[in-house]
Amino acid sequence: MPKREDIKKILIIGSGPIIIGQACEFDYSGTQACKSLREEGYEVVLINSNPATIMTDPEMADRTYVEPINPEALEKIIARERPDALLPTLGGQTGLNNAVALAESGVLARYGVEMIGANLEAIHKAEDRGKFRQAMERIGLNVPRSGFARNMEEVFTISAEIGFPIIIRPSFTMGGRGSGVAYNREELALIAKEGLDASMIHEIMLEESILGWKEYELEVMRDRADNVVIICSIENMDPMGVHTGESITVAPAQTLTDREYQQMRDAAIAVMREIGVETGGSNVQFAVHPRTGELYVIEMNPRVSRSSALASKATGFPIAKIAAKLAVGYTLDEIPNDITRETYASFEPAIDYCVVKIPRWTFEKFPETEDYLTTSMKSVGETLAFGRTFKEALQKAVRSLEIGRYGLTGGIEPRELTREAIIPKLKRANSQRLFYLAAALQIGLSREEIHQHTGIDPWFIHQIDQLIQAEAVLRREPPSLEALREAKTLGFSDRFLAGLWQMSEGEIRAWRYRENLLPVYKLVDTCAAEFAAYTPYYYSTYEQEDEARPSARQKVVILGGGPNRIGQGIEFDYCCVHASFALREEGIESIMVNSNPETVSTDYDTSDKLFFEPVTLEDVLHIIHREKPLGVIVQFGGQTPLNLAQGLEAAGVPILGTSPDAIDRAEDRKRFQAIVRRLGLNQPDNDTVTGVDEALKVAARIGYPVLVRPSYVLGGRAMEIVYEAKSLVLYMERILATAPEHPILIDKFLEDAIEVDVDAISDGAMTVVAGIMEHIEEAGIHSGDSACVLPPISFSALVIDEITRQTKLLAAELGVVGLMNIQYAIKDGTIYLLEVNPRASRTVPFVSKAIGVPLAKLATKVMLGKSLTELGFTETIRPAHCSVKEAVFPFNRFPGADVLLGPEMKSTGEVMGIDHSFGLAFAKSQLAAGFPLPVAGKVFLSAHDAHKEKILPVARRFQEMGFRLAATRGTAALLISHGLEVEVIRKVSEGRPNVVDCIKNGEIHLVINTSLGRRSSQDAYEIRRGALTYNVSYCTTLAGAKATCEAISALRGEEWGVTPLQEYHRRTMINEQ
Amino acid sequence: MLLKKKRRPAWLLLEDGTLYEGSAFAGDGEVLGEVVFNTGMTGYQEVITDPSYKDQIVVMTYPLVGNYGINQEDMESAGIHLEGLVVREYQDFYSNWRADRSLGAFLEEQGKLGVEGIDTRALTRRIRLQGAMRGIISTRTGDREELLARVNAWPGLVGRDLVRLVTCRESYRWEDGKVLSLNSPPPKGERLRVVVLDCGVKYNILRHLEGLGHEVIVVPAACDAGEIIAMAPDGILLSNGPGDPAALPYLVETVRGVLGKAPIFGICLGHQILGQALGGRTEKLKFGHHGINQPVKNRATGRVEITSQNHGFTVLPESLPGEVTPTYDNLNDATSEGIMVKGLRAFSVQYHPEAAPGPNDVAYLFETFQQAMKASGTCSGSPKGSERVPGTKEGRAI
Ligand SMILES: Nc1ncnc2c1ncn2[C@@H]1O[C@H](COP(=O)(O)OP(=O)(O)O)[C@@H](O)[C@H]1O
Ligand SMILES: Nc1ncnc2c1ncn2[C@@H]1O[C@H](COP(=O)(O)OP(=O)(O)O)[C@@H](O)[C@H]1O
Ligand SMILES: [Mg+2]
Ligand SMILES: [Mg+2]
Repeated sequence: MPKREDIKKILIIGSGPIIIGQACEFDYSGTQACKSLREEGYEVVLINSNPATIMTDPEMADRTYVEPINPEALEKIIARERPDALLPTLGGQTGLNNAVALAESGVLARYGVEMIGANLEAIHKAEDRGKFRQAMERIGLNVPRSGFARNMEEVFTISAEIGFPIIIRPSFTMGGRGSGVAYNREELALIAKEGLDASMIHEIMLEESILGWKEYELEVMRDRADNVVIICSIENMDPMGVHTGESITVAPAQTLTDREYQQMRDAAIAVMREIGVETGGSNVQFAVHPRTGELYVIEMNPRVSRSSALASKATGFPIAKIAAKLAVGYTLDEIPNDITRETYASFEPAIDYCVVKIPRWTFEKFPETEDYLTTSMKSVGETLAFGRTFKEALQKAVRSLEIGRYGLTGGIEPRELTREAIIPKLKRANSQRLFYLAAALQIGLSREEIHQHTGIDPWFIHQIDQLIQAEAVLRREPPSLEALREAKTLGFSDRFLAGLWQMSEGEIRAWRYRENLLPVYKLVDTCAAEFAAYTPYYYSTYEQEDEARPSARQKVVILGGGPNRIGQGIEFDYCCVHASFALREEGIESIMVNSNPETVSTDYDTSDKLFFEPVTLEDVLHIIHREKPLGVIVQFGGQTPLNLAQGLEAAGVPILGTSPDAIDRAEDRKRFQAIVRRLGLNQPDNDTVTGVDEALKVAARIGYPVLVRPSYVLGGRAMEIVYEAKSLVLYMERILATAPEHPILIDKFLEDAIEVDVDAISDGAMTVVAGIMEHIEEAGIHSGDSACVLPPISFSALVIDEITRQTKLLAAELGVVGLMNIQYAIKDGTIYLLEVNPRASRTVPFVSKAIGVPLAKLATKVMLGKSLTELGFTETIRPAHCSVKEAVFPFNRFPGADVLLGPEMKSTGEVMGIDHSFGLAFAKSQLAAGFPLPVAGKVFLSAHDAHKEKILPVARRFQEMGFRLAATRGTAALLISHGLEVEVIRKVSEGRPNVVDCIKNGEIHLVINTSLGRRSSQDAYEIRRGALTYNVSYCTTLAGAKATCEAISALRGEEWGVTPLQEYHRRTMINEQ
Repeated sequence: MLLKKKRRPAWLLLEDGTLYEGSAFAGDGEVLGEVVFNTGMTGYQEVITDPSYKDQIVVMTYPLVGNYGINQEDMESAGIHLEGLVVREYQDFYSNWRADRSLGAFLEEQGKLGVEGIDTRALTRRIRLQGAMRGIISTRTGDREELLARVNAWPGLVGRDLVRLVTCRESYRWEDGKVLSLNSPPPKGERLRVVVLDCGVKYNILRHLEGLGHEVIVVPAACDAGEIIAMAPDGILLSNGPGDPAALPYLVETVRGVLGKAPIFGICLGHQILGQALGGRTEKLKFGHHGINQPVKNRATGRVEITSQNHGFTVLPESLPGEVTPTYDNLNDATSEGIMVKGLRAFSVQYHPEAAPGPNDVAYLFETFQQAMKASGTCSGSPKGSERVPGTKEGRAI
């Protein structure tokens, strides 16, 4: 069937900020969709509040709305754009749920917008767990016994029938949000309550537990002629009970016979037809009883998903791209397979390798939450590795994780290496279980016993056991070429072998190169070599034939950022993708290296060549050895490639742009201090100490509060603000206990300072400040967690000039070629230098979108030798509109975690709000981040003593706007003494009803609760956690409260509108001229 | 060495002189065969027990083989018919609730060679570029010249009748998954009788027929038309089987003899025989279709069906007379995948509707066959075979 001509304009909903369970895979799918629909001549209107996405680049859609993704904004966009159709299946659960809301409220009908891809009924049937169950029964498929509850009473009636353990699953959520396993009534009450709140329709399903069954996923595609194909099967190594997003997974399925696989395939197709997803990709999850083979259906997601991104990367079949084409009427047999060219999308990929995905967690950032895995996702990223065997892929995946591991064993404390210590770690899934499993085999637990404890299929345990046995042989026998060769085939890294053989990594590498023991590259071709493949999408393995076809062209290697983690996410992928685009524009071959399956950078379409490989020195050097590029770009992928810079340089690899030495000068404290002195700039007073006494002495000299951190950590880990000697002693003792030899850095903490982020670009001769961002929250809150505004709202021209001057000085001093980011703090009119990063920063995409200049692209061209003058970027752009970036946090995924912000970064993503005034821009950023801003109602205030006076104007302003005020005793007393009308509410420790009760009852619409440092009381914690749980907006800083107040005032003052980026950029351009 | 496997070297040589070294995980000695690759990621048990692989050496493109062992239920015949199995990494340790032994043990038991440790992707690419080639596996020598001489002396598949090597010795009744003597009492109840002309039939074809409630009688390939008609079949199924379809004139003859006497359903080799009986010609494909992901377009419905395939020859549609309607086309290479002659109540497909291994998308064809049988009483009753058997095209004898 040809494409539809009756629709011209299509609205695509993106998935918004990166949150746990919904990450860059939706940028990947959305970008593919935009590209493929425009290729077909459709006009594409896009909404996405996430500025760090490629899809929101102004070239990707005809009209790009960086606006909050909610029904209100969507209706405004629809009214303005009058699209013919809405494609809801590519923006994750966010896209789907918003589309449902628009359909149900009648907006779509009113404006004559047709939903394509999946219709309302199909979405309901798939996402409403009750309807889904009925549908499954109709087609004769098994589902676990279950019941539905809309309130707690029903919850307990059902649990009495089903028994414990019981699984709680809300409808219309993803990533296991609101789900859980309850082993008793108490746990049930807790989880059920959260589940009811998380579900869009306030309904949860309580289900019979089938913990321990084998879990599988199939990725299915259907077209409107009812052709259905399976793209990929995925087997979860961790059995049921660990969310698929939290499981180590393998594709294709490993332990199913064809008969069993076909039964699952038939079931998936039947599900697809019964649910009625008309076109596009879906994901169907199954459970299989390990001893009887009984098959249960777990769920279906009627949209592209995290797993479909994985399946796309694992097979080379671009699910999202094809889904978009199917949505406009093509059938599978009309869409060519890009990779083979001669065949069509109507087939099922055959793969001749094995892929392993391992999630990446950041439990260390949420110490209140125990490290164990459940049905609710907590991982923040993942890595994927290819190998010709499971063992090879697993080992590659482990080193791709970038958690300091280069093999399966080691890194577990000796006291944990006992049966008694290990068994609990095996029984209860946790982020380190794979390594405990390896250790268990090492200390002699039997495979059968491990299977009993973990529920992991014996096949996987056996594979890991083979690696453990091989390792034992390697340790025992003297190094030999034969052993080395076999070890490499099994996926052992040089670094790990170096450890086993007491050699250096460099020695092993040199030995291998001497012996020509190098990997070959194989193609990912969708068809197991049955047809010729044209897309250069490679992975390495140790085998005979090398399919890499190095061209004679000039080429550059771009190193990606590996798995997402807090502090290193999509922003860096965005920059890498831009580097690739820029290289293409310059006629240079672009070669991407990355291991993150979620990203646009690992789309085979993005670069001239893609190497899906771990971003480690060993793997990168192999590629460079094979491809012989002009140079390597390390400044875009975040810390990962930066950490390789010196090793690469030592190996004689040209690094493009800023030199590794300059990077070192900026990162090394001593060297940096010398620069600061020479340039006559200010730094907060600081010193380095190794003992408690010394620390006390230094702190006394510098003056409290001080900021303390171990010198070896990154990303603000273990960084604390200390207000007096007693806390300093405690801190020092704690840190010294775990790492006695490491020096500790002590900085004067600048209180009440305004933090500033600056992104600049330099070509070596000229530096242009691209953006100055004023933080909303004061210094002391990690720049990645703070909201910020561009252009600054409270700085004088003088301050801006001075910031500009200092930035240029630093760029010149360091010899920056490319991007640079600086953080300053301004206190009492003095500008202090906090940090200089001579690389792309997290804010590059935000600034690029705010000013309408593709900074990463320009930086790439600068690195290739172009001057900024040639590129036409010589002056700072001052847009007339105001852009606000707000961070988005994963607290609701971490039971018990405090929402308080500090110098350690905790956010997973960001949103952008744009409008003509700061108030509206900030308001939009809050709405986009999912904080409802009340325009009337009751504001609750509770301020730390140090803030009480300062909160007064905020409280007054709220009262003037007609809000009612409530406060805890002390705060209330002060406000009342200034003539405000305030209701006193009890703290939790003061009995009931208290503030948390009021929050639960929906009587409070905004919570303002400030505290000082981490020394916060249990009371304050309960308030914040209550607000989080019951989704009431909250501010934990004074500055945040002020901004919120201004935003609410703006919202009350005018109806907000929606404007596409392209229009903002056009206006900016006209202004500049 | 690291995995403490005792390495027993084995060599695979292709007729173009390419030599691969691996190690034997089952069996020893030397075997000759046509080397083909199979792209299925599951289904090795069905593949090795499929009689159509007679005289072939099969390379599995999926690198890990043996994962789920071997079970009693997924046999496609009583034994193993291919000559050798080549994989990247054999899995001796298996895990599946139905398995009762390892793949290696099964191959050993049946005296077949299994080789691992070969760059099967390189080998597959070679076959794709050069076409299916003759080859030899040896655990005795890696001497290229010596092996090449033997390969060159081996006749290959073309022009050879391999069916006689795999067909049953005598007719039998298939019941409840078992092979019973024809003298055993027929199954109870009113049943349509299907006579299966066994060219190397896969059990799953028989399972499907029985599953629909038919009486299933399997007859040797040498059975002539008269013998078949004497059995008063309600339908005749021409089974799959190995080798060159052009080397089986006796089968073509038999099928000509039964055409029009009862509904006929041909599968794979059965399709190629029917094609020839209708006057068509077959041709060897470069490297054939061996896998479970082959898209086929159903001309009647326009739908795409994913099919299981295993064939190295194809019926040339342009060689068929006008009354033959093409029914299915392969979407990858546009080869013909099915034909039908309405008047003669005969239809056939190049692919495997019985799957095993592979998708069940086209299993409905067994029902189509059933309907055809129901629609036309028995051939022993009123012979409806009054239609003319189409003459051979251009008067050329087959
Ligand atoms: N009945 C059950 N028993 C045990 N585990 C379950 C059950 N149902 C779901 N799970 C587990 O919970 C996870 C999340 O459930 P799922 O329905 O897939 O939620 P989501 O839509 O958020 O992905 C599954 O991946 C599975 O591991
Ligand atoms: N001396 C200081 N006074 C106040 N705040 C500081 C000081 N030094 C750092 N900070 C705060 O801590 C945050 C993290 O520190 P930074 O050095 O940027 O760590 P990272 O390397 O993790 O980005 C900064 O964004 C800033 O808010
Ligand atoms: Mg879901
Ligand atoms: Mg799920």
